[in-house]
Amino acid sequence: MTTDTQNHEDPMSTAAPHRTPHSDGPAGPASSGSAPAVSATGDRVGAGLFDPRQLVRSLPDAFRKLDPRLMVKSPVMFVVLIGSVLTTVFSFLDPGDWFGWTISAWLWLTVLFANLAEAVAEGRGKAQADTLRRATTDTVARRLAGGREEPVPGTALRIGDLVVCEAGDIVPGDGDVVEGVASVDESAITGESAPVIRESGGDRSAVTGGTTVLSDRIVVRITTKPGETFIDRMIGLVEGAARQKTPNEIALNILLASLTLVFLLACATLPPLADHAGAHLTTVVLVALLVCLIPTTIGALLSAIGIAGMDRLVQRNVLALSGRAVEAAGDVSTLLLDKTGTITLGNRQAAEFVPVRGATEAELADAAQLSSLADETPEGRSVVVLAKERYGLRERRQGELAGAAWVPFTARTRLSGVDVDGRKVRKGAAGSVVAWVGARGGTVAEDAEATADRIAEAGGTPLLVAVEDDRGARVLGVVHLKDVVKEGMRERFEALRRMGIRTVMITGDNPLTARAIADEAGVDDFLAEATPEDKMALIEREQDGGKLVAMTGDGTNDAPALARADVGVAMNTGTSAAKEAGNMVDLDSDPTKLIEIVEIGKQLLITRGALTTFSLANDVAKYFAIIPALFAAVHPGLDRLNIMGLSSPDSAILSAVIFNALIIVVLVPLALRGVRYRPVSADRLLRRNLAVYGLGGLIAPFIGIKIIDLIVSLIPGIG
Amino acid sequence: MSPVLAGLLQLLALIAALALAHLPLGNHLARVYSSGTHRRVERWIYRGVGVDPDAEMRWPAYLRGVLVFSVAGVLFLYLLQRLQGVLPGSLGFASIDPDQAFNTAVSFVTNTNWQSYYGEQAMGHVVQTAGLAVQNFVSAAVGMAVAAALVRGFARSRTGELGNFWADLVRGVVRVLVPLAAVAAVVLVAGGVIQNFSGIHEVGQFVHGHGTGGSQEWNGGAVASQEAVKMLGTNGGGYFNANSAHPFENPTPFTNLFELFLMLLIPFSLPRAFGLMVGSVRQGYAILATMATIWAGFVALMMWTEFTHRGPALEIAGGAMEGKEVRFGIGGSSIFAVSTTLTSTGAVDSFHSSFTGLGGGITMLGMMLGEIAPGGVGSGLYGMLIMAVVAVFIAGLMVGRTPEYLGKKIGGREIKFAACSILITPALVLVLTAAAMALPTPGHSMTNSGAHGFSEVLYAYTSAANNNGSAFAGLDADTQWFNTTLGLAMLLGRFLPMVFVLALAGSLARQIPVPATAGTLRTEKPLFTGLLAGAVLIIAGLTYFPALALGPLAEGLAS
Repeated sequence: MTTDTQNHEDPMSTAAPHRTPHSDGPAGPASSGSAPAVSATGDRVGAGLFDPRQLVRSLPDAFRKLDPRLMVKSPVMFVVLIGSVLTTVFSFLDPGDWFGWTISAWLWLTVLFANLAEAVAEGRGKAQADTLRRATTDTVARRLAGGREEPVPGTALRIGDLVVCEAGDIVPGDGDVVEGVASVDESAITGESAPVIRESGGDRSAVTGGTTVLSDRIVVRITTKPGETFIDRMIGLVEGAARQKTPNEIALNILLASLTLVFLLACATLPPLADHAGAHLTTVVLVALLVCLIPTTIGALLSAIGIAGMDRLVQRNVLALSGRAVEAAGDVSTLLLDKTGTITLGNRQAAEFVPVRGATEAELADAAQLSSLADETPEGRSVVVLAKERYGLRERRQGELAGAAWVPFTARTRLSGVDVDGRKVRKGAAGSVVAWVGARGGTVAEDAEATADRIAEAGGTPLLVAVEDDRGARVLGVVHLKDVVKEGMRERFEALRRMGIRTVMITGDNPLTARAIADEAGVDDFLAEATPEDKMALIEREQDGGKLVAMTGDGTNDAPALARADVGVAMNTGTSAAKEAGNMVDLDSDPTKLIEIVEIGKQLLITRGALTTFSLANDVAKYFAIIPALFAAVHPGLDRLNIMGLSSPDSAILSAVIFNALIIVVLVPLALRGVRYRPVSADRLLRRNLAVYGLGGLIAPFIGIKIIDLIVSLIPGIG
Repeated sequence: MSPVLAGLLQLLALIAALALAHLPLGNHLARVYSSGTHRRVERWIYRGVGVDPDAEMRWPAYLRGVLVFSVAGVLFLYLLQRLQGVLPGSLGFASIDPDQAFNTAVSFVTNTNWQSYYGEQAMGHVVQTAGLAVQNFVSAAVGMAVAAALVRGFARSRTGELGNFWADLVRGVVRVLVPLAAVAAVVLVAGGVIQNFSGIHEVGQFVHGHGTGGSQEWNGGAVASQEAVKMLGTNGGGYFNANSAHPFENPTPFTNLFELFLMLLIPFSLPRAFGLMVGSVRQGYAILATMATIWAGFVALMMWTEFTHRGPALEIAGGAMEGKEVRFGIGGSSIFAVSTTLTSTGAVDSFHSSFTGLGGGITMLGMMLGEIAPGGVGSGLYGMLIMAVVAVFIAGLMVGRTPEYLGKKIGGREIKFAACSILITPALVLVLTAAAMALPTPGHSMTNSGAHGFSEVLYAYTSAANNNGSAFAGLDADTQWFNTTLGLAMLLGRFLPMVFVLALAGSLARQIPVPATAGTLRTEKPLFTGLLAGAVLIIAGLTYFPALALGPLAEGLAS
């Protein structure tokens, strides 16, 4: 409950948005999908730091939110507002009543604190919105009409218009590249300055309005109306303007409204009962009692919790296009993860050198390294790395070897190598190398083919290494390329399993390969040789069983499945169809982020539940403060309920009201940051949260009210 | 044997008997409400009434059945009382006044059995047996039917169908209540409860003081048969005004214990049936454990406050014996008072008004919990399940998922129905109590002044709105104001929650169940039982704390 906890609670806390490098650099398809390593320990869900100065900055907004038309959306706080007006009116009628004035002041503060919480939560998104807005203003589009270009304002574009963008131009709206290829700076929306390639056709054709073309010329077909573009939606989202109450928030609001009604009844029916006992209750006291009892703590913080939850996603560069999706993320019980780039590193890597009979491993490693120096693909690089790590072979530069003739790797030859000192070394796909050796009259050792088959069956990719020297052309051995599971994934899946989430790996590999990788990564299930239809069928099967499914996707053929999944995270690098179909967009295009999204969803719900429990548990202490204060004069026995030993009836009521108001401010950081979440079983989560927020909520106000009473009673005339 | 030890032994015997009996009865109840066959006598009834017992009903149809049947019951009972003067077998009693007839008709149809009349001085054999006794069976069966419908809402999926009201009603009577009541009546007769149709007897001269006494009139009647279903169906309407304190209704400590057993039997067996019907007995036992924990806690508190009652009375009488029967003692009376107010029975073997201030408060709080620990037949189970829905909602959020109970999601719709159903009784109790206290005339019915007088009124509305039917004694409730407002409280307190319970059942039945995972809140664990008990106590406690403070707490803490 104190603000200092935020500093050490979360190692991943990020004041600035959390950026990761772009996955689709100019290197092209071969290197796509390399995602950052994930940490498997510690709290992963966190939020930005809470700066007390934000409270001050948001004050004007808090006052603006006093508008009853806005307040009525939160039934609990609306009741407090009415109560504040009532007590103020009664204080005007009896201006000498300092108690009435003090209570009124604290009730107004209670309302103000609630608005402040919401304003602070919203304020965090505003800055980001301003940056985004700068990107969209004053763009001039070069529209193609009848083969001629005409300048029109970006806002005048219609769906289907063709516009030309050249180096230095800002893309005027969302669309697909229909002609050309260009490098684009998308830092305006992703914060990542490394340019990305956008080209016509395929899964890399989408461009976003507000981004800048750095080189070349493209023609873009506009696919969204002005005002509804991605960047517009983003502004709306981070500002909270488009925020709608989510299903669970609505349900919680119903419960809070019902509780408010119960306490309203309990307070409104009290005067006749008190009159019978001979105690006359003033309106001020009744309103004070009511405000203390209704769940103001959660009522005040509810919308801030929701906004902060969205904000936590934005900080991780994820845009949730609906709050409903964030909540659904917490409920997900099946995660569909693509193998490549999510579970395994994007590329296969050399794992071992298997020499043929008559060749040594060292000989093979040397030849493999030599032949791979001219291979710039990640696979080629990995051979060099393995040779260095396993056999201590220092990487040689191409320039080091005088008179060497390099044969670079090309997709056509599928071979790379070098001719040096009368020795020709080649490395490449089995078929190419066999053909190369055959053309030179050499022989392919039988065990080379057997090894290659064995590797292929186990899900790996065999590369042959051959040499031609004075002993003729021959195969030296096989390089085993295999998928490398990212570090920490096994632990992550384990954590997910503890949370009750099943992971299904989606791969185009054959079942054999898929099983090997699935076992290594520790996923619960896999879908091999997956077609988009298979994916769709899997989602439907899971959903029919009552499960919620989350998945990521980027291709147009993923779009139906993204739309069907309860949480569909589209990669920002993906096609507009995919982005349109999903309900979240990951600007970093990092598929592992799905796991964080699930955790943020859960954290959002936990925070609501914890503060509701806390708010309700608080009431017990408030009764023990106020009831003896109201009735001990007529029923002296009730003074025994004054277990806090509060100094006077006035001080007791005032202290309860002050506590009720201050606790809102104290809990603002918690509401914004979210309750600590660890991926453990529901039982352990519940036990912990019940102990902290249930029991804590029961005890804390007894201490808090007593302390406030000690201070208040120092004021002359109260104690 | 010390009175405390005697009380504890009775408690142990009762718990042992219930622990044994709930197993076969729980199994039987689950079979009855899952059965697909009809007995011959049931077929006759269906044919006679003209209903199709195999037609599945959606919640509105089910509710219509409940309401049509109950309204017919109220009208019939009202007419029967209004015509008593001209009916044979009425022991010469006159017809009942309109307001009292309304109150009594509503009272018996709603399973409340609040009695603003003296049974032995107002109701003849016909009204007692053809009217009141019949409602003792069917009103209980209606409660069980609604509970069965809610349980089916949890058990079924992808359908809006909740079963057939008429089949549930008839089976509850034919297969559960009648056979049990028959056996129970025989045991009661063997225990000394009267069972005859004899008229009014003038019984000798009672002499007190110096020879000036009056004569007493006692009437006989089919008491044992009515007593059996009075307890079994958690009805509580006594044949005699003194209810189970009357020696003809409850003559010995054994019959007292047996009556306790009868009133707790079905409510404590239903959770097992619920567990069986939803396919997880452990879920049933979690509910049972919650009920049992609260019940045991209340018994312990009551025994503590009654046995340790300090003051002159204890020293002179050796215990807080005012209003308690010597043959039952403090122990037997405490268990009875707690059990009758934690179920919706309302039978009394001692006078709650005479309990210590805190003891009286415990009986009131028992009813204020909503009579769900274990509650009335059927109404206890559905009431507790509604509380479970609310508890799951808050706790479920704390495990980071959209809350779900038994695989059914608790969303806006569900929480709306649950909240409405819980809101009704507090609204009725508080508003009507405040009205009675604010208006000039109702206050005249109070016998006592101060906190105790207020307790009389608070108790009356608490009892009526929660369909308990017991009275605090001391309040003259046979006035137009009380007959009418208490009647309304009973009517609305019974049927409005049923509307929301059935609506909730319909909403649950339509859902696709979410499979349980490690991330699911485990509602069959002790942690959840504790949470549910806490939620029940806190929600009721917070609602009624100010009212209780001005009544029983003010009184109890003063001593």
